[in-house]
Amino acid sequence: MLWDALTLQLGYNATLVAIGATLLGISAGVTGTFLFLRKRALVSDAISHATLPGVCIGFMLLVALGGDGRNLLGLLAGSAASAWVGLLCMNWLTRHTRLAEDAAIGAVLSVFFGFGIVLLTVIQTMGVGRQAGLEGFLLGSTAGMLWTDALIIALGGAATLLLVMIIRRPMTMVAFDPEYAAAQGLPVHRIDLAMMGLVMAVTVVGLKIVGLILIVALLIIPPVTARFWSQRSERVVLLAGLAGGLAGYLGAALSASAPNLPTGPIIVLVSFGFFALSLLFAPVRGVLAAVLRHLRFQRRVHIRQGLLALAQGQQIYEPLTLRLLRRSGLVRADGVATDTGKARAAKALRDEKRWEVVRSDLAHEATAALYDGLRDIETVLTRDQIAEIDRQIGGPQGVPA
Amino acid sequence: MLSLAAHQGVSIAEQNTEDRPLAIRGLTVSYGQKPAVFSVDMTVQPGAMTAIIGPNGAGKSTLLKAALGIVKPLSGQVSVFGAPLEKQRARIAYVPQRASVDWDFPTRVIDVVLMGLSRQLGLLGRIRGRHMARAMECLNRVGMHDFANRQIGQLSGGQQQRVFLARALAQDADLYLLDEPFAGVDAATEKAIIGVLKSLKQDGKTVVVVHHDLATVTDYFDHVFLINTRKVAEGPVADAFTAETLQSAYGGRLATAQIDQISRALG
Repeated sequence: MLWDALTLQLGYNATLVAIGATLLGISAGVTGTFLFLRKRALVSDAISHATLPGVCIGFMLLVALGGDGRNLLGLLAGSAASAWVGLLCMNWLTRHTRLAEDAAIGAVLSVFFGFGIVLLTVIQTMGVGRQAGLEGFLLGSTAGMLWTDALIIALGGAATLLLVMIIRRPMTMVAFDPEYAAAQGLPVHRIDLAMMGLVMAVTVVGLKIVGLILIVALLIIPPVTARFWSQRSERVVLLAGLAGGLAGYLGAALSASAPNLPTGPIIVLVSFGFFALSLLFAPVRGVLAAVLRHLRFQRRVHIRQGLLALAQGQQIYEPLTLRLLRRSGLVRADGVATDTGKARAAKALRDEKRWEVVRSDLAHEATAALYDGLRDIETVLTRDQIAEIDRQIGGPQGVPA
Repeated sequence: MLSLAAHQGVSIAEQNTEDRPLAIRGLTVSYGQKPAVFSVDMTVQPGAMTAIIGPNGAGKSTLLKAALGIVKPLSGQVSVFGAPLEKQRARIAYVPQRASVDWDFPTRVIDVVLMGLSRQLGLLGRIRGRHMARAMECLNRVGMHDFANRQIGQLSGGQQQRVFLARALAQDADLYLLDEPFAGVDAATEKAIIGVLKSLKQDGKTVVVVHHDLATVTDYFDHVFLINTRKVAEGPVADAFTAETLQSAYGGRLATAQIDQISRALG
């Protein structure tokens, strides 16, 4: 069943949803990365909640004009309009009052959402049956997705993605150093507004699939996931798109493989799965890597300290140090240095002197920055450079480099 | 004596401010109700190295930011090489305070320097070999070429400052504005930065630096601009950097011993 879903063989609707969710995941991940880099991730929460009044007003207008209240394009246009108003309110509050952005987000989010819920209740009393599942926009509903719906989502997602790629460089500059960007003549406020406008576009496009409450997850979780794996912003953008797209695809397939599994929430949970894996297992920034790094570092510090103590004929009292030295065959059970231990100790002391030279010489600056009191000097300098340093310190030659 | 120096500054300025690298007239900037900079005139001489000096909170950085259009002034005009600021963006390079950015941002040293080429690259221009070569050359000038591929978070404070300077160099501008480039950096960095600034001056570029270390003013700079919300003095170091102007700019905040020391240094 799951295999059928993954290979898009579970029927027309499931295929439409899977394609739509994948495209949405890619564009949300990519767009959200810039919001995340600008440290304004929560803005997306206010934007998404501000879509609700627009959906309701759009529905009312469509019905009043005698049209079909469920016309997706009409509803999305309405949601975009009210999200834009919410965005401008937030922008105005932050720039022209003393309110900080978090307070502005809270105010806009709750007021717009509250107003939207009031309108939703009004619509429910307007005529039963005609409200046409507007509450589906809260958490997404893919059951009755039409070909045109999928097309709107696909085109909207692709257009957003294209615009993001066009202005990615100015957005990155503004995110890293807004003052420098302004000094370069970039219109910082307009770039910010464009960025939030694109987030709004993704939100509106995603209403049908994940709904306004959960779209935030697709905008924020993939970039945060991607950040664990790369130190370069352009790669974070790509990885976030990948993580988002994959979560959309897998989530849609999973929810189609069993009855009564909601698509949006499953996509969010899959996305969270990627996040959790990254948090734990990412090579440099992951939790596990950090713990291992710490333990390895501690071990090296103890061995180094132990070797230096041996070289200077000092007694070692620290049990962990002794245990580590013994296990590496550097001291015997009675705490006396073995031959290897003696050689390593002499070299450690010699390396300390060499590092001293490296660190006091500006010509070696890049190397000196690597100094951590532990590193073997031959891993950073060539044999000739070490010989040169040895000439400077003099003393006993013949200590292995 | 004090007013004389100030007046001289203005009269020189008024002769031909047209083509000056930076000419500021009647600039007032306020955060809220209290002006940070009040009705300040400033004329930067071409090819000079000018220090902007004043106590903490005197509006030094604000003056620089207003000159760059980063903060919006309440009143006043800024002209750069005789034209409005917006027309001359390509000719100005800015080095902000190091603490103004998040150094955990996912980017490498070389990427930061490439940001200095963004005007040249345009919106969609591809980064080509010659751009990389240019960025490396600028890193080389500040002694940071070995760090090109390092993550910026791994740098020391002084190294971060030099990367910012390299980014400004990449712009190949005519006017360089630096905000406290010597604050909290190591001696090696200070030496590297002043070396680069002096070589810029030799190439006929104009350099303006917000500076906090009074002891090095006479060594590093040929012009000073003293500010304490209002302009206190402006001109060549010998004329405008005196015990009187310092007393006036810093008020009681500068110990008499410090002023004496500087007076002696000035002869």
